[in-house]
Amino acid sequence: MTRSATAAAAPPEEPGAPGPGAAPGGPSRAVRILRYLGGRLLTAAVSLLAVMVTSFFLFRVLPGDPVRAMTEGREVSVEQLEELRRQFGLDKPLWQQFADYCLGILRFDFGTSYQYRVPVAELIAERIGPTVLLAGTGTLVAALLGLVLGTRAAWRRGSAGDRATTAVALTLWSVPSFWLGLLLIVVLASGAGWLPGLFPTSGMSTPGVQGGFDSAVDVAHHMVLPVATMVAVVYAQYLLIMRSSVLDEMGADYLTTARAKGLRDALVLRRHAVPNALLPTVTLIFLNLGRVMGGVILIETVFAWPGLGSLFYSGLRVPDLPLVQALFVLFASAVIIMNLLADLVYPLLDPRVRT
Amino acid sequence: MTAELQKSTPQDGPRGAGGGARPEGEPLLSASGLSVAFTGRGGRGTARAVDGVDLDLHAGEILALVGESGCGKTTLARTLLGLERPTAGRVLFEGRPLAYGTRALKRYRHRVQLVQQDPSGSLNPRHTVYDAVAEGLRIHEGATADEERRVADALSRAGLRPPERFYLRYPHELSGGQRQRVVIAGALVLEPEALVADEPVASLDASVRGEILRLLLDLRADLGLSALVVTHDLGMAWNIADRVAVMYLGRVVEAGPVEEVLAEPRHPYTQALMSVLPESGAGEPQVLAGEPPDPTRVPGGCRFHARCPVLASGEAERAGVDTACRTQDPGVLSGSGPARVACHYAALGRGGD
Ligand SMILES: Nc1ncnc2c1ncn2[C@@H]1O[C@H](COP(=O)(O)OP(=O)(O)OP(=O)(O)O)[C@@H](O)[C@H]1O
Ligand code: SF4
Ligand SMILES: [Mg+2]
Repeated sequence: MTRSATAAAAPPEEPGAPGPGAAPGGPSRAVRILRYLGGRLLTAAVSLLAVMVTSFFLFRVLPGDPVRAMTEGREVSVEQLEELRRQFGLDKPLWQQFADYCLGILRFDFGTSYQYRVPVAELIAERIGPTVLLAGTGTLVAALLGLVLGTRAAWRRGSAGDRATTAVALTLWSVPSFWLGLLLIVVLASGAGWLPGLFPTSGMSTPGVQGGFDSAVDVAHHMVLPVATMVAVVYAQYLLIMRSSVLDEMGADYLTTARAKGLRDALVLRRHAVPNALLPTVTLIFLNLGRVMGGVILIETVFAWPGLGSLFYSGLRVPDLPLVQALFVLFASAVIIMNLLADLVYPLLDPRVRT
Repeated sequence: MTAELQKSTPQDGPRGAGGGARPEGEPLLSASGLSVAFTGRGGRGTARAVDGVDLDLHAGEILALVGESGCGKTTLARTLLGLERPTAGRVLFEGRPLAYGTRALKRYRHRVQLVQQDPSGSLNPRHTVYDAVAEGLRIHEGATADEERRVADALSRAGLRPPERFYLRYPHELSGGQRQRVVIAGALVLEPEALVADEPVASLDASVRGEILRLLLDLRADLGLSALVVTHDLGMAWNIADRVAVMYLGRVVEAGPVEEVLAEPRHPYTQALMSVLPESGAGEPQVLAGEPPDPTRVPGGCRFHARCPVLASGEAERAGVDTACRTQDPGVLSGSGPARVACHYAALGRGGD
C-alpha cells in the first residue's frame, strides 16, 4: 500500500531553510541594540531629572525651619538668625536657590551640611561604605535564602513544608523591621532569662579593636543583628517570586521532555526549571537593590549603624536641606540605576530577548 | 489528508522495510488492563482517565490512537512512558512489566522516546538546538567523543540539513515544523526502538503536517522504528498507521487494521467520528447528542450508551440489545489481533452495514 505517498504530497517545507528569526528584515541587530540601549538611557536620564526637581521642592515644604532648629535652646538675636539664613543662602528667592542647587549637582557639589558644617559629599563618602556593606550582605543572604527555600517550596508544592515555609516568610515580611530589630536586641543582645547577650546592639565596631582580621571579625559580629533583621523582613519576596516562577516552569512541557529522556527529577529541577525560573527572580533582585539602600534607614537607626540611613534620619530632624536633598537624590538614583542595569542584564540572560 | 480517504481500497505494494508488519509474536510495548485514575481535589470525583486498556505495539509498526478530546489519549501515552503510574494493570516492554525504580526507568527511557504535541513548549527556550538534541546522549552516556557526529546524524535524519547551521539556534528562531524536527532529532539520537508521539502535528500548520508525518514513515522504513501516534485526526491515522485503536472515555472501543476499521467502522462511535469527515462518503454527518463525556462520571453499561445514535434511534432495541447497552459492559478488547469492537449491537454482525 502506498498511503504514505499522500503524506508526501503536501508541499515541502524546505527543512533546511532558515527560520523566520534567522534572517530578520528591518534594521540590523546592532542598530536594534543601540536603539534599545538609547531608549533605556533616555528613560533613566528623564527619571533622574525628575528626582532632582522633586527632591528640591519636597523638603522645602517640610514643616520646620532649619535655622530655628539649629539654634534651639540658645539665645539668638534676630540679626544672628538673618546671618545664618544668609550663610545658607536661604534668604535668596526660591528660583535662585533652585538654580544654585542644579548648578551644584552638575559639579557634584551638594552644598554644605547645616548641622555638620562640612560638605555633604564628604559626609556621604564617609557613610556610604557601611550602608553598602549592610545592604549588600543583607540582600545577598536574603536572595540566597529566598531562592533556595522558594525552589524547595515549589518543588513540594502543597506539602506541609511548602505551607510552613511560605507562612513563616509571609509573617516575617509583614512585621515592621524596626519592631523586629528591637525584639532581636531585647532577646539576643541584652539577654533574656538564661540566654546571655550574644551580639552587640549598636554601632559597627568596638572602639579599640584593631588589626585587619580582628576588626573584620568585630564588624561581622556587629553586623549579625542588623543583617538578620533585614534578611527576615526582605527574603519573603524573593522566596515568593522564586516559588511562583518555579511553579510556572513546572507545568512546562520541556520538563516532561527531559524527564521522558531519563533525566532524574532533581536534575530536571536543577538543569531546566531553576535556571529558567531564576530569570524573573534575578531581575527582581536587581530592581530591589536600589530600593534596599533606602530601606535600611530604619534598621540603621535602630542599630545605630553608621551609614547613610541614620545620616538621613538625623538630617530630616533639622531639616538639613542640602544633606537630605543629596541623600534623596542618591537613594532615588540607586533605584533608577538598578532598574537600568536590570534592563541591560535581562537580555544577556534570556536568548528570546537577545535577538 | 482526509481527501485521500476515498482511496479506501487496500492496494498492494511495498510499504518499506518493516512496514505492513502484521502483528505477530511478542509485542514490543503493551498496555495490559491499564487504568489510570486521578483523584479529584476539592469535591470533584475521581477521574478515570484510562479505564481498562489492552493495547499492543509491535516492532516496526505504526499504531494510531484516535479519539475525541479528553478521552485519555495523553494519559495513556504518558503512562506508557512511565510518567504516570497506573492505578491498575501494567505496562509491558518486551514482555516484561515496566519497573518504576529510578535506574530501570532511565534504562527504559533510553529505548522508548516521547514526542509531545507542542514543540514550542517541549523545547527548553534557553537551550540551543545542539544542546536540546545532545541532552539525551548526555543523560545516558555522559560526554562522548562522537557526540557531535551523532547530533549531526540525528538532525539530518530529522530533516534539518545541513545540521551545523542549526546547532546554535534557539527554538524561538525556528519555525514550528523545524522545532518539531528538533524534538524528533532529540528522540532519534538515542536510537530508540519505539516512539510515542502525542499529537505530533496538531499544533503545526497544515502545510507542514504532511512533512512531519512523512518523516515518521521514513524513520519506520529506514530504522524499523515502531510508533504509537496519538491523534484526533482520523485522516492522519489513515495516512500513516498500520493499525488504529479508537478510544472513548478511557477505553478502546474499536481496534484493528486501519483499512478495516476506518473503511468499515463497526462501533457507532467510530461511525460517528467518520461521518463528520467531509470526504468520508458516509452520508449525513452525525453530530453526537448528549453531554461530552466526563471521566469522573463514567456511565454504567456501555459507556457510550447515553450518546449512542444506534440506541437512540431504537435500532438497538429492535435488535434486542438495548438492555445490554444500558446495563452490561461490553468488556475490554484484546491488545492485538483482527479487527474487534466493544459494542453489543456490532457484535451481532450488523454494525458495519
Ligand atoms: N493530572 C491530572 N489530574 C486530574 N485529571 C487529569 C489529569 N490529567 C488528565 N486528567 C483528566 O483525564 C482526562 C483525560 O485527559 P487526557 O489529557 O489524557 O485526554 P486527551 O485524550 O489527551 O485529550 P486531548 O485530545 O484534549 O489532548 C481528562 O478529563 C482530564 O481532565
Ligand atoms: S453497545 Fe449499545 S450503546 Fe454501546 S455503542 Fe453499541 S449499540 Fe451503542
Ligand atoms: Mg492530549
